[in-house]
Amino acid sequence: MDEQAFLEYVQSGGQVETGDWMPDEYRTKLVKFIEMHGNSELMGVLPEREWILRAPTLQRKLALTAKVQDEVGHAQLIYRVVEDLGKPRARCLEDLVSGKAKFHNVFHYPTKTWGDVGVIAWLVDAAAIISQKALLKCSYAPYARIMKKICWEESFHILHGRDVILTLMNGTDEQRELVQEAVTRWWGPLMQFHGNPIAAEDDPMFVWRIKSQGNEEARQQFLDGYVPQIWELGLTVPDPKLRKRDKGVWEYTEPDWDELKHVVTGHGPKTQERLDLRRHMLDQEAWVRSVVLAEAA
Amino acid sequence: MIFEVFRQEKKGAAFTHAGSVAAPDAVFAEAFAHEQYGRRHESVALWVVPRDAVREVTDFPDELSKTYHRVDGYSLKAKLKEARERAGAASP
Repeated sequence: MDEQAFLEYVQSGGQVETGDWMPDEYRTKLVKFIEMHGNSELMGVLPEREWILRAPTLQRKLALTAKVQDEVGHAQLIYRVVEDLGKPRARCLEDLVSGKAKFHNVFHYPTKTWGDVGVIAWLVDAAAIISQKALLKCSYAPYARIMKKICWEESFHILHGRDVILTLMNGTDEQRELVQEAVTRWWGPLMQFHGNPIAAEDDPMFVWRIKSQGNEEARQQFLDGYVPQIWELGLTVPDPKLRKRDKGVWEYTEPDWDELKHVVTGHGPKTQERLDLRRHMLDQEAWVRSVVLAEAA
Repeated sequence: MIFEVFRQEKKGAAFTHAGSVAAPDAVFAEAFAHEQYGRRHESVALWVVPRDAVREVTDFPDELSKTYHRVDGYSLKAKLKEARERAGAASP
């Protein structure tokens, strides 16, 4: 099989296994994309982890801890896929803490209040699950397979998030205000989440059928699914232009693409602090790895 | 080491491939597999197998187009029609 035949194969819905021949460019793109996903799962637990000790009830504390465990589990599954493609997990972590590798924009921001924790579990996870569902059809079969388990667990997270939000919305004015402030804070990053509206045919990740939909398609799905859910609670979205046109297409103010670029290249408000924590944990636990690996050898 | 994990969803069901775990030895592999594929009680049993122990077979040539051991190798419709017609013609 040559590169052209491979391209036609994946574009007609064909799937590839680890041991199959694949073009170098496909392998490189896969590693970059999947590694970034793994990094995002791992970094994504930090904004929530900060709230485990401050969660309002024991039940919430346990649920949040379980969610954090799920997300770290996703990172493990995803790094496994990257390892089989040729890049060891230790090197992924090295590139992550050195700032060489990227992770999703939303995990570079602070979680100011318990309202932010609810909005992350509800809306950030909703945006993520739209991207992840589009990966169920990924041309690289081992990645598509683990996505089933990941999507299954994410659906619990969204419910946990909605439950947190609904509880607050049924509470005092102050609690409702907390949610509104969090939605307002997260709206910009949420609109940037699915990336610039590059046409699917020009997006190499779509061309290789690593993803099965374009960025704008994913954002439209997010708006269609969740704006009505936000509005029905009496919450507002900080975008006066946001509305659904007759043809069913959502119109909105152009997201701040400069902010997105600035944030994911390591300049987010919490980027360095969170990478420092990761680095610190890697150093602190180095002795555990050396003991375990020495004993097994 | 890499271990492949197979999980059984309920008693009596077939074990299906769930994914893999990286672990320094079999004891850790069992613990990791238990956490990764069973912590929500989504499995009743796991098989944790060193990847090296899995023998993969992918070559299934069919040079002679053997159809006699498959159900699609038997199209009875036309024959049955003819047989019924002959039986009808023979009956008084």
